[in-house]
Amino acid sequence: MNGGFHIVVCGSVVPDPLQTLAPIEGPTGPALKNELMLPAVLDPWAGHALYEAAHLAKNTPGSKVWLVSLGPKAKLQQLMMTIAQKVSFELVVLDGPSGGFSDASEVAAALAGAIDKIPDLDRSRLLLFGGCASASRDAGVTMQMVGERLGISDQFLGVDELTVEADGALKILERIEGGQYQVSVCAGAPAVLAWATGNLPEPPNNPQIGMMNMRTVMPALQRAQPAPVGAEGVSWRGVDLPQQRRQTRIVKDLSVEEIAREIVAWLKG
Amino acid sequence: MEKILFLAHTQDDGTLPNVAREALAAAVDLTQKIPGSSLSVGLIGQEAKPAADAVAACGAARFLAVTGTEFAASRYASDVAAVEALVSEAQATLIVAPATIRFSRALPGAAQRLQGRIETHVSGLDVVDGAPQIQRWYYRQRMVATLARSQRPWFLVVDAGVFPPWQGAPGAAALDNVAVALPENCTRTRVVGIQSPAVKTQTIRPDAEVLFVAGAGWTKKQADGQLHIKEAEGLILGFLQQCNASLGSSKSLVDQSVEGEAVLSFMSHLNQVGQTGSTPRHPKGLATCCHGEEPHAVGWRFINERRAINTDPNCGWAQGKADVLYVADAFQVMAKVNDLLGG
Repeated sequence: MNGGFHIVVCGSVVPDPLQTLAPIEGPTGPALKNELMLPAVLDPWAGHALYEAAHLAKNTPGSKVWLVSLGPKAKLQQLMMTIAQKVSFELVVLDGPSGGFSDASEVAAALAGAIDKIPDLDRSRLLLFGGCASASRDAGVTMQMVGERLGISDQFLGVDELTVEADGALKILERIEGGQYQVSVCAGAPAVLAWATGNLPEPPNNPQIGMMNMRTVMPALQRAQPAPVGAEGVSWRGVDLPQQRRQTRIVKDLSVEEIAREIVAWLKG
Repeated sequence: MEKILFLAHTQDDGTLPNVAREALAAAVDLTQKIPGSSLSVGLIGQEAKPAADAVAACGAARFLAVTGTEFAASRYASDVAAVEALVSEAQATLIVAPATIRFSRALPGAAQRLQGRIETHVSGLDVVDGAPQIQRWYYRQRMVATLARSQRPWFLVVDAGVFPPWQGAPGAAALDNVAVALPENCTRTRVVGIQSPAVKTQTIRPDAEVLFVAGAGWTKKQADGQLHIKEAEGLILGFLQQCNASLGSSKSLVDQSVEGEAVLSFMSHLNQVGQTGSTPRHPKGLATCCHGEEPHAVGWRFINERRAINTDPNCGWAQGKADVLYVADAFQVMAKVNDLLGG
């Protein structure tokens, strides 16, 4: 690839999966109880996309990675304390809600607008990365909408592997039904890749990378543009927690054979 | 008045996947419940006549299709162009489509191009005061919302297993072909094949009666202080084979492969169930050597009957997440279960 890729990763914060979540009625629609107090993490699939982007940039000279995040500025600042130590990137911040009840279309418009304004971004070398779905809205639609707004007609969803061929073509493995992969070859950038888990482990913290990133992270946070996304046109009729508690029967006193017989009877029943 | 378009793509053999028939049932139901609405069928694929004939009796006023070699493969650019043409031709206000991977990739872009909106993972549809409203989950199956929208066109992508498949006699549908000329930039991507993951055995079976979930405990040191990976592989594969079950996994187990620890050779990230994995739909689920932590258990939202085997009586499954928790050694229990199933 001549000159490397310009890789833009879209990713934001979500509540730590270990937290208990409860919906409340907010002034503009549903929200999470104590949303701003909940510990937050980088959206897991977006995290995989970021690690894959950094890996690709490292192995493709001349490449650069941007992380475009839409979320509450204070939360993003906290997040950067950990993420910025893992991989090199330049941060672009949109200060707005990161909750799941905002509309993907409005989020996509804000993200596409921010990407469009990135100085020196070469759209002919652009690889737009993100998660295949968020852990909040879990719609799996935002990346395609951002790509469409940016006029990118080669898009891939649920990507686990990207290989850059000698001629610059992109060989991509996407998850499909039945635990298989669809293998596609794209002529090259620009393209949208919405990642599943990929194949890389979470990088270890590296304080040197952290210090390097922080030189641009803090100014980016200060320059954050407000992005008041919502869900215009949506009428919420209710948001409820499911009746998830079951009356668990705890079986402690049966022998292995008795347990096995009970399980087999249940399976065949 | 809503103009409802049921949208589907054909499979390699020209037929509709089961999930498409389920979405058709939802579209037919919506049409019957919304006063003054009409139904059209839009199909995409190399050939659409057999599929159209199979659903000829669904009550649709029009059968539209985008067909040809360029529309055989699951590719974003050509699929979006086809969907755009079908929705425009039908002047559809509500589009009901199945949640296949192909449509999950393409329909959001089509909705954007048509200045519409889209709801995915639709798990319920209703009509209140003549207007449609849908149900979907948020925060990875932690809370469920009911909502309606004013924007049109509105794409509704229906999850598998929510509606019973449409049943009806085949007939002869009068199929209108909608011409789509693909610009050059729509063919930059070529689909070159289907590949199984780099594991020994195909273990994911979406239509299976039983989901068998293996947790990290299978690859930990057992009571004798030793690892028993090969034994674990034999027990798990033996059960999957005898029960024709689908295999799921906790995140901790599949993560071991990228972290260089001992792993089950047939396990990959594709098996992962939970917060960053899948949320499969099976009538029954059996969890083994897995603690049932919340990020994993949210992937069990659509498993109806749940049982677990764990040596810890206070594990997550005991906290109202399983119907039955067997406090026992899964190695011993599964060996006996396999014996009984084999006998």
